[in-house]
Amino acid sequence: MKKIICAAILIIGFLSNSNAQIKKKNIVAKTPTNQLAKGKILYAKHCVVCHQADGGGVMGLNPPLIKTDYVLGDQKRLINIILKGLDKEIEIDGETYANPMPGLSHLSDQEVADVLSYIRNNFGNKASLISPAQVKVIRASKTK
Amino acid sequence: MRKKTIIPLFIGCLVIVGISFSFMNKHKNDVTPFKPDADNAGLKLPVGFGANKVADNLGKARHIVITKDGSIYIKLMKVVDGKGILFLQDKDKDGKYEVQTAFCNYGGTGITIKNGYLYASSDKEVFRYKLDENEQVIDPANPEKIITGLLAGRQHQTKSILLDHEDNIYVNIGAPTNSCQENDRGLESKGKVGCPILDSAGGIWQFKANKLNQSYADGLRYATGIRNVMGLDWNTQNNTLYVMQHGRDNLNSSWPKLFNTKQSAEIPAEAMYMIKKGDNAGWPYVYYDTYQNKNILAPEYGGDGKKEGSKEFINPIVAFPAHMAPNALLFYTGNMFPERYKQGAFVAFHGSWNRAPEKQAGYFVAFVPFKDGKPAGEWEVFADGFSGLNEVMVPREALHRPCGLAQGPDGSLYVTDDVKGTVYRIGYNINK
Ligand code: HEC
Repeated sequence: MKKIICAAILIIGFLSNSNAQIKKKNIVAKTPTNQLAKGKILYAKHCVVCHQADGGGVMGLNPPLIKTDYVLGDQKRLINIILKGLDKEIEIDGETYANPMPGLSHLSDQEVADVLSYIRNNFGNKASLISPAQVKVIRASKTK
Repeated sequence: MRKKTIIPLFIGCLVIVGISFSFMNKHKNDVTPFKPDADNAGLKLPVGFGANKVADNLGKARHIVITKDGSIYIKLMKVVDGKGILFLQDKDKDGKYEVQTAFCNYGGTGITIKNGYLYASSDKEVFRYKLDENEQVIDPANPEKIITGLLAGRQHQTKSILLDHEDNIYVNIGAPTNSCQENDRGLESKGKVGCPILDSAGGIWQFKANKLNQSYADGLRYATGIRNVMGLDWNTQNNTLYVMQHGRDNLNSSWPKLFNTKQSAEIPAEAMYMIKKGDNAGWPYVYYDTYQNKNILAPEYGGDGKKEGSKEFINPIVAFPAHMAPNALLFYTGNMFPERYKQGAFVAFHGSWNRAPEKQAGYFVAFVPFKDGKPAGEWEVFADGFSGLNEVMVPREALHRPCGLAQGPDGSLYVTDDVKGTVYRIGYNINK
């Protein structure tokens, strides 16, 4: 079962990445496995203390990353959460979370892309990978 | 005509006398005798103790108080069907309590009974409800507002409350940040100069228990430099306030060059303080280091993990392991438990999250023997097994997390859980 999921993630990742390549030829392709493997290490270093090893978060304090709108939905919003942090009341399945998330803008475009691609394809999530180019654009834009 | 009314009147009087006798009688026997469940409600307890589940699925059950006839009031963090206080009784004496009434339209944590009133807190205000001779609320819809306008940040927002014997009420006002950084919980973000929030949070405030509509100007900052407190109690042996501080987080994620993940998981103590008026426990300038047993200067204020903090700050009287989240403190004054528990401190540890990737800790009720207001031995785990797991790696998997403590009139100990809303009763049962 795990193997099938891994294979599926690889294929999806491969497809979405090759799509991206077709659109923007100047981006150096990274193999998806590499991006997800790097994302996993980055998650352990920068996120696990709050969002926990299973992505389940902490009741009332830190939200889960499992199939939330924030993780799977609007990519710009997601990238901004990492770059700028988040400190306002959000509701996930009727629960709210008291802690703030600090901005992690010290992570490079590549690192943000890797860790977000990882969470979007872990903890039961399945969504497209995020490219460093996307992060770069959003980091440069002044809009919130 | 006359005779016709006298007879029913006479019967009526008899009925009233009868009811009041049966009521008095019922009142005397009202406390359900303690009887453990066959599996002790899933808890691991010292030899001779047992436990039963007296209620379940109540919602986010926070602090709890027991009346003199063994009835229960519970404060819910979040209202259920619009109500934030539950009143429970066990009328058929089968050991299970049923919700009799629910009232109050605000969520919160604090609840206590003193001098004929039930006191309860939202995150910004404190109310009281007059009680009848059976300690039942007379007019649930119309409490008196005694304190208003308290600061409630998004984090550390709950208010715990306690009364002394001189009509003073003590309220915890938690600091709305981890360590008063410019950028809360951010990477290498410095502490704000002078930490201005200490004027209105990060301490224990004292107000009058019987004066209406008090705000900061009417209160006294009784003690400061205390990050956040949920468990506090009055020690009747030395007539003194004791509090359990939730210690700081994120030593590693904010200061990775100074602290590794293991140090971050283990260093900053969950401290018990004996509080005298005017004390300063040093938050955010220091944290109590469980390796060095000292107040150490916080990295936000120039600390490097070694420099000691100013000597003006008080030291804890008990330093528990880091991040276990003490949500309730209770000095035991009952007669049911063996002698060594008398006057000792029970602490409900909600359980950690900030130890990840290390395994989590807490999720139990601890005990510290006390004599004359001073610890008389090491702390120990008293009741464990709430989580239903051998070890908790991620908080989400814990089935129950201890949150509130109360002593029943028979000396049994009640523990609330705010995951499933379970209420446990722990008793000593020599025959077992
Ligand atoms: C210091 C604790 C902390 C750290 C470290 C942290 N977060 Fe968060 N995160 C939070 C909190 C708290 C919120 C919710 C903030 C709010 O309610 O305003 C949040 C919200 C989020 C959200 C949106 C809500 C959701 O659950 O879907 C995402 C996505 C997210 N974080 C991802 C990450 C990733 C990826 C990392 C690591 C690169 C990370 N976070 C690091 C605490 C943290």
